Amino acid sequence: MSTATSTDSKELAPVSAESLAALLITKERPPRPSALSASLTFGWRAILKIKHVPEQLFDVTAFPIMMVLMYTYLFGGALAGSPKEYIQFLLPGILVMSVVMITMYTGVSVNTDIEKGVFDRFRSLPIWRPSTMVGYLLGDALRYAIASVVMLTVGMVLGYRPDGGVVGVVAGVALLIVFSFAFSWIWTMFGLMLRTEKSVMGVSMMVIFPLTFLSNVFVDPSTMPGWLQAFVNNSPITHLASAVRELMAGEWPTAEIAWSLGWSALFVLVFGPITMRLYNRK
Amino acid sequence: MSTQTSGLAIETAGLVKTFGETRAVDGVDLAVPAGTVYGVLGPNGAGKTTTVKMLATLLRPDGGEAHVFGHDVVREADEVRGRVSLTGQYASVDEDLTGTENLVLLGRLLGHAKRAARLRSEQLLEAFGLSEAAGKQVKHYSGGMRRRIDIAASILNTPDLLFLDEPTTGLDPRSRNQVWDIVRAVVAQGTTVLLTTQYLDEADQLASRIAVIDRGKVIAEGTKGELKASVGAGSVHLRLRDAAQRPQAEEILRLALDAEVQREPDPVALTARVGGGSANGQGAAEAAARALAELARVGVVVDNFSLGQPSLDEVFLALTGHDTKAHDSRHVEKKDEAAA
Repeated sequence: MSTATSTDSKELAPVSAESLAALLITKERPPRPSALSASLTFGWRAILKIKHVPEQLFDVTAFPIMMVLMYTYLFGGALAGSPKEYIQFLLPGILVMSVVMITMYTGVSVNTDIEKGVFDRFRSLPIWRPSTMVGYLLGDALRYAIASVVMLTVGMVLGYRPDGGVVGVVAGVALLIVFSFAFSWIWTMFGLMLRTEKSVMGVSMMVIFPLTFLSNVFVDPSTMPGWLQAFVNNSPITHLASAVRELMAGEWPTAEIAWSLGWSALFVLVFGPITMRLYNRK
Repeated sequence: MSTQTSGLAIETAGLVKTFGETRAVDGVDLAVPAGTVYGVLGPNGAGKTTTVKMLATLLRPDGGEAHVFGHDVVREADEVRGRVSLTGQYASVDEDLTGTENLVLLGRLLGHAKRAARLRSEQLLEAFGLSEAAGKQVKHYSGGMRRRIDIAASILNTPDLLFLDEPTTGLDPRSRNQVWDIVRAVVAQGTTVLLTTQYLDEADQLASRIAVIDRGKVIAEGTKGELKASVGAGSVHLRLRDAAQRPQAEEILRLALDAEVQREPDPVALTARVGGGSANGQGAAEAAARALAELARVGVVVDNFSLGQPSLDEVFLALTGHDTKAHDSRHVEKKDEAAA
């Protein structure tokens, strides 16, 4: 606040008409940026925002740590004899759950951002239309990577030992990030569709809680009633959690990877066009 | 290329945009010659911003047609976007980023390589006197600085058409004059400017043609001279010492100015609109001087006298028969109903 008034009261340097005229005389324009280049530029914007407001990393640091600690010690003794044994099973699953939960902040940031004047400028630029949204998701992919590293570190401290080694872990995280990127198009849609931040939050919770809890993240689905098994075994989160768990354990679960990528493609193909339709109409 | 032949930067016919029950833009016809500043004058809620948004491809018209340099704003939106820049009513830059970051970001989005984007940003910040604030987040900028960075962002590539949506609303007079200087510099290089404003003097200072817009309709259009002639040269405001002399003064004014005289709520005040060329062939100032002399002769004491340019309120009163405020409150009520 103080900076605003101090710069205001100070003499604002005058506008230099000559140098302005010299700048305006150049009429030629560079060729338009490619779709990839425009998307990466918007990704850079997301990273700059993290740089200026580092507090927004709270949800990808403190929240995941809390999730690991809470569920390891809450369920560990009861479900697997000890927290140390349980975490071998739990960590990949809780990683999937936390990162997928974090994706919902995408909707909130789209919703708050879209009302600002800068969006009018972006939308009046001659660029590949989805690049604004893709840029968000690229910035968010970085957040998911941070969350993954944080959780794996905490897990290792608590005794998690992935048999897949570095390659298995990196492959697991990569698959998770790809899925989260695709899944986030649901949130960009809601972010553009719903009127307030609160309603975006509300709807996100309604989707995310059943979807993540009704999965094989915490327990083996074979103990569940039949009708629930039918849902859980076909949930994209279950496929993803199984794929990540096995990749990190050093295996190559082709079917589960294929299911996860298939769901990812479906999310992009369905919610991507809806998002863009809403974006163009906003 | 059709643009060169027609010489019009913007051409709209029967442009309509409705929001629920409200017809925000209700059949607007505009013809904006290339290379000029065109003023769109009107009060809050008249439909100025909605019109600009449709022309800048941000809103899809519900009816009518609009062409920018011959390109249809709906079917050829991409071509239009390649030639226009928009400076919105609220700063169209990212407040969380610094001045430099904003300009480099937009430079990159316009296709400049990293180094070229950086160079152009530096030059623009320098030209706009913002070098010192280049590394500060825009949210810490003053109103005048925001306007500058906003306009700088709009001319990263020299646009053929620049939309300036109320560029000086909320600025102090000095910052306002500086924005005017920038606009003049931009136009001098051949860019067409569509300027929306609530202030008659702003349109007067910058625009060569003006459209007055109210309730989504163009109610008057023409050069400054034409518009003023249609409204009258201005108003004579009188303050008398003695309220009891008001009826007498009113009668004298009416005869001397050959104009309708209004009683102000203040019991000692009178206002009369003066025609550009009044009926008895005199200029407005001459007629007013004669009226004053007449008042002095019969002993009406005048404490204060002014002959002013018509204010926006007066333009509106003259053109529509209702003033801007009454219009505003009605509009807000309508909006509330729509929201409820």
